[in-house]
Amino acid sequence: MPTRVLVPSGVLCLGFDRDALARGVAMRPDIIAIDGGSTDSGPFSLGAGQSKYSRAVTKSEWRDLMLARAQAGVPLIIGTAGTCGTDATVDWMYQITVELAAELGQTLRVARLYSSQPPARVAQALQDGQITPLTPAPQIDADALLAMTNIVALAGAEQIQAALNTGADIIIAGRTTDTATIAALPLLRGDHAGAAWHGAKIAECGALCSTNPTSGVIVVDFDETGFTVEAMHETALCTPHSVSAHMLYENTDPFVLYEPGGHLDVTAARYRALDARRVRVEGSAWVPGRYTVKLEGAQIAGYQTTILAVLRSRHYVANASAWVDKLTTHLNTTIARRMGLDPSHYTLEFRLIGVDAALGNQENRSGSPVEVGVLGIVTARTQAEAAEIGKLINPFVLHYPLTEDEELPTFAFPYSPATTDRGALYEFALNHVMGLDDPMAAFRLVVEEVGA
Amino acid sequence: MTLGEQVLKVRSKNAGPFWVTIDIFCGSPEVYQRIMSQIDTSRVAALFDTPLQLVRRFDIADLHVIKFSIPRPVVQGSRSDRDMHGAQWACLLEEMPL
Repeated sequence: MPTRVLVPSGVLCLGFDRDALARGVAMRPDIIAIDGGSTDSGPFSLGAGQSKYSRAVTKSEWRDLMLARAQAGVPLIIGTAGTCGTDATVDWMYQITVELAAELGQTLRVARLYSSQPPARVAQALQDGQITPLTPAPQIDADALLAMTNIVALAGAEQIQAALNTGADIIIAGRTTDTATIAALPLLRGDHAGAAWHGAKIAECGALCSTNPTSGVIVVDFDETGFTVEAMHETALCTPHSVSAHMLYENTDPFVLYEPGGHLDVTAARYRALDARRVRVEGSAWVPGRYTVKLEGAQIAGYQTTILAVLRSRHYVANASAWVDKLTTHLNTTIARRMGLDPSHYTLEFRLIGVDAALGNQENRSGSPVEVGVLGIVTARTQAEAAEIGKLINPFVLHYPLTEDEELPTFAFPYSPATTDRGALYEFALNHVMGLDDPMAAFRLVVEEVGA
Repeated sequence: MTLGEQVLKVRSKNAGPFWVTIDIFCGSPEVYQRIMSQIDTSRVAALFDTPLQLVRRFDIADLHVIKFSIPRPVVQGSRSDRDMHGAQWACLLEEMPL
């Protein structure tokens, strides 16, 4: 059965054109699907179990989508709710939904799909040989798993379909693959499987597959032989080039995409312009395989304090690298003497902004900057220890002379105090898949009536 | 001439926390053919200090694009990472003489 999916934007909080959204709703979609996050911003969100986006913006955009859903009379689904899709961020999104339902006078059936994994379950799966590393994967064992602050599994189409089958008006899903929330309904209705996954991949970043990427809204029509994609903003055109080029984006392999239960192969896909706005795609293949779900996990790798100074005098700018090497040696000696710390207990790193802060030792250009920013990063075992090191190094970062016979310099500190405690440093700790006999074995569904 | 002076655009971005992918948009079939034959995968491996066998290369004629994917030189967000989104690695390829 043909299925029309409306995708308002690449991620909630990225913004969408309201007229384009209205145009999409007028096309009578069968479902509205939007992504709520990814790993793209780094490990903090997953590590801490927090959304990286503002609650106010989330609520404001979700209000628009709840109104669009009521008008269209179809399910609304968000995947990877709250950036990382942990149980905590699913509940955060649910709370926003409950508030809006009351404010808008809507009575709703809301399904929550939970993706968080108890570390003990993953440790058991590891022992049972159900965990397979991808390339490259961090080393793991039961202790490492138990020390992680959050582990999520990426749901696929099957778990989203289970949520759809509850008759929910709104589905708030924890971590899912980027594509699953879009592919689930077309697959459920028997549309072409290769097209369902391929169209979902094209649509997952909203209008990024068009000539006006920031306009947000696109509509994808799935059927038994392929899919057709169209952007809703008047100036946004989907062309065979704009659509096919999207397979390059944030993809290791532009032709093969792994999903729970198989992979998509678009090697034989053909992209054809139906008119100036719409592209038709056929020939993508779905290749079934073992049922595995990808895991993401984060752990605390220490606590950080940072310091920032700016060198402006020509003498210090010209000799910044030599100065920072000498400073680092001096500070490590002083930290050992004053605090009794061994270099294995902490790291102290200075990055020279204006010299090689972005690329480090891979930088192969040099120049003569007007000023150099000195970003000091302390990582230690506790926040108190990192803060203490920060205080110890502070006067030296301000005044350390390049040579012993020169007057003490004073560099520019942009604020007081010069140090900033950053809290925990999280790092990604899993790049593995977990085999499942039943797709729902690692996921939980909770359905509630809201606003009644 | 650098690679960047000969093509439309070179961009890089994370492909998940453990990989970075670099796309060279050549802009025309002629440029694509020339760059494709000139650019040596082992040079790209050396540029990023990555073992050659881990560099994945895709020559995509339909898009006039050459794509390289490599394991991220440092895992995204780890202590020694300097660029959370991995977009500056494109500069190294863009500025490579060719």
